[in-house]
Amino acid sequence: MKELFPAKQVWGFVFSLILTFVALLVYFFNMSKATGMTIFILTAFIQAAVQLVVFMHARETDDSKSIFMTLYCAIFLALITVFGTILCMVWGWSY
Amino acid sequence: MGFFSRFLIPNPSPVIYSSMVAIGVTVLLIIVGLTHFKKWFFLWSGWLTTVDHKRIGIMYLISALLMLFRGGVDAVMMRAQLAVPDNKLLDSQHYNEIFSTHGVVMILFMAMPYIMALMNFVVPLQIGARDVAFPRLNAISFWLFFMGAMLFNISFVIGGSPDAGWTSYFPLAGNEFSPHVGTNYYMIGIQIAGIGTLMTGINFLTTILKMRAPGMTLMKMPMFTWSALVTSIIIIFAFPVLTVALIMGTMDRLFATKFFTMTEGGMDMLWANLFWVWGHPEVYILILPAFGLFSEIIPTFSRRNLYGYRSMVASMVFISIYSFFVWTHHFFTMGQAAYVNSIFSITTMVIAIPTGIKIFNWLFTMWKGRIRFTVPMLYSIGFIPLFTIGGVTGVMLAMSAADYQYHNTMFLVAHFHNVIIPGVVFAVLGAGTYYWPKMFGFMLNERIGKWAFWFLTIGFCLAFFPMYITGLDGQARRIYTYSESTGFGPLNMISFIGATLMAISFVLIVYTIYYSIRHAPRDVSDDPWDARSLEWATHNPVPEYNFAIIPQVNSRETFWDAKYKGHELFKGDYEKIHMPNNSGVPFIMSCIFFVFGFALVFSIWFLAIIGLIGIFVCMAHRSFEIDHGHYISVEEIKETEAKFGGVNKWK
Ligand code: HEM
Ligand SMILES: [Cu+2]
Repeated sequence: MKELFPAKQVWGFVFSLILTFVALLVYFFNMSKATGMTIFILTAFIQAAVQLVVFMHARETDDSKSIFMTLYCAIFLALITVFGTILCMVWGWSY
Repeated sequence: MGFFSRFLIPNPSPVIYSSMVAIGVTVLLIIVGLTHFKKWFFLWSGWLTTVDHKRIGIMYLISALLMLFRGGVDAVMMRAQLAVPDNKLLDSQHYNEIFSTHGVVMILFMAMPYIMALMNFVVPLQIGARDVAFPRLNAISFWLFFMGAMLFNISFVIGGSPDAGWTSYFPLAGNEFSPHVGTNYYMIGIQIAGIGTLMTGINFLTTILKMRAPGMTLMKMPMFTWSALVTSIIIIFAFPVLTVALIMGTMDRLFATKFFTMTEGGMDMLWANLFWVWGHPEVYILILPAFGLFSEIIPTFSRRNLYGYRSMVASMVFISIYSFFVWTHHFFTMGQAAYVNSIFSITTMVIAIPTGIKIFNWLFTMWKGRIRFTVPMLYSIGFIPLFTIGGVTGVMLAMSAADYQYHNTMFLVAHFHNVIIPGVVFAVLGAGTYYWPKMFGFMLNERIGKWAFWFLTIGFCLAFFPMYITGLDGQARRIYTYSESTGFGPLNMISFIGATLMAISFVLIVYTIYYSIRHAPRDVSDDPWDARSLEWATHNPVPEYNFAIIPQVNSRETFWDAKYKGHELFKGDYEKIHMPNNSGVPFIMSCIFFVFGFALVFSIWFLAIIGLIGIFVCMAHRSFEIDHGHYISVEEIKETEAKFGGVNKWK
């Protein structure tokens, strides 16, 4: 019976519900923009990780090495793009 | 009339009306021809429904040649308009439309599919596979590209062409300054084709990582396969940015959102930023496979192995990541602070280093080699000095302070044509000739091919080198005329002559194909160039299953070693071969995409909704379809192989 019960998935689901709920708090409580954004960003990234590992089985095949390589690469490039854009259009904007 | 008036062209001219007639007549002729020769079934079962990577490659090739013609006509019209001062051949609106469509057609609908053609045809053969990882997805990629390109191409006879440049910068591309549907065509046509490209990237990444023949480790892969792998990675990371930017642009135009507006919190330059976040990696998506092709051609015709294999791979992998660090060099003049520009100036200059390494590797490969001056080799040899000039002017442009002088002048135009024509166009033309016998079973005529090469090269130099000078003297790009007193006249006339020579070269290329279809002998061997990698170990033309027995790889130049060092490629007996089934769904779904796109362009909502439902129905159909493919029996393989002379006949 124990083998048949998808404990990991159920807990993953509960956890992602909790994350959603935490993010929702920003709406109900009157917090500063900085605190709100921090909560958003943190919960969003953890949420994405949960989805990938628990529900998209990123760790369960022999390809997981290339899957994670691609993933880290993607995160790295996304960060470069986002911060590069902010650098051009906000921090370094002089026009 | 109210409903139909939207399909009229806002700025008609006799040329456009005659093109309408010409298009109508051609379509009619094709339909009559197909019916008369009873070819409908052949077309449907052999080509429209095929999932065979070789046939898909050939369809990409034909589309690319068609688009080369269309883009080339645009180019000659532009050069004719600029040939003399104060010319009245085209008015400013037509000139704007022509340079916009020229850029999009050449980069997205000519260069990209040409590269895709060669990747599709060559990569599975080079790694000893029977097809790509997802053959059906591959068909969808092709048809989405095709329908996106066709949607974009009909713009000039239905509703009017985009006129905001191939970069389509906002706010010019917004509704206020571009009220016609032209820019809708841009947003939606490219979107549809781009989805196809993204799928190709995923498909080839998986194919190359998962389907290599036994023994072929990553560091034993042929260089073109390496370049296809790296290109796929860049596609996967770059194209989503374009997708998002195009969706935002479409929403601004169709649903009055404010992403790129100048007022109400919009940010017009954000488009330029996102466009180049995709756009710079895109130029590497074009050039890396071209580098890969030269790396196949040069060793073959120098009779030497590729010099510095490891450094070639390393510089490509470096470029793939690094090409995402430099995009700001396209808008140094936009308004960011000098320190920001300096950062991107330096990153840009650094990217010239790996490119330089590759140039030296090709030179060292030829060094002491026994060079044969065939058409593919001529293109490769012409590429090296001409591309280097383009790279050097690129580094000039990369100096942000100096770029204030060069930006948006003919100097810039000369730079990027100088890298794209000797880089990408030479590569695909050379490789097209090189792989022609593998594709069609006969060789292209060398003599006419050489004439075409010389016309193209001389025409290229005449057309683009004068632009460096007029650009420095201040001739701006995208301006439809200039006055006599600027003194730009004579140099522009030379450019026009060069453009004409390039047009003649295109005619010669088409003529070589025609001539060779009629006259070339059909009994070429499987390995007519005495080549080195696995794609030449199979027959000419390649049978459906590529390799009757999957080859065993144990060195970098397996085929060469099998020919001359006695390595055994094909061990064991024939076994039945599992192949994917053909399917009409990719074609049908892409046709629905076309209708959906067309409806969006003209805001015909009921049709768009029907189209969207149709697309989802096709996807649902695929989810529930049971399709296990089919087997080719051992008897059938034996029969085919006997016709070709067996697996090891080149020994
Ligand atoms: C040595 C490497 C290269 C360097 C340093 C370089 C640098 C640059 C710079 C700084 C610009 C922007 C100039 C301006 O807008 O004022 C530019 C534009 C451009 N480059 Fe390059 N480039 C290089 C190689 C290439 C290659 C290999 C390709 C294509 C295959 C390419 C295609 C283009 C295109 C299409 C544009 C401009 C498009 C437009 O504004 O419409 N470049 N390049
Ligand atoms: Cu660039």
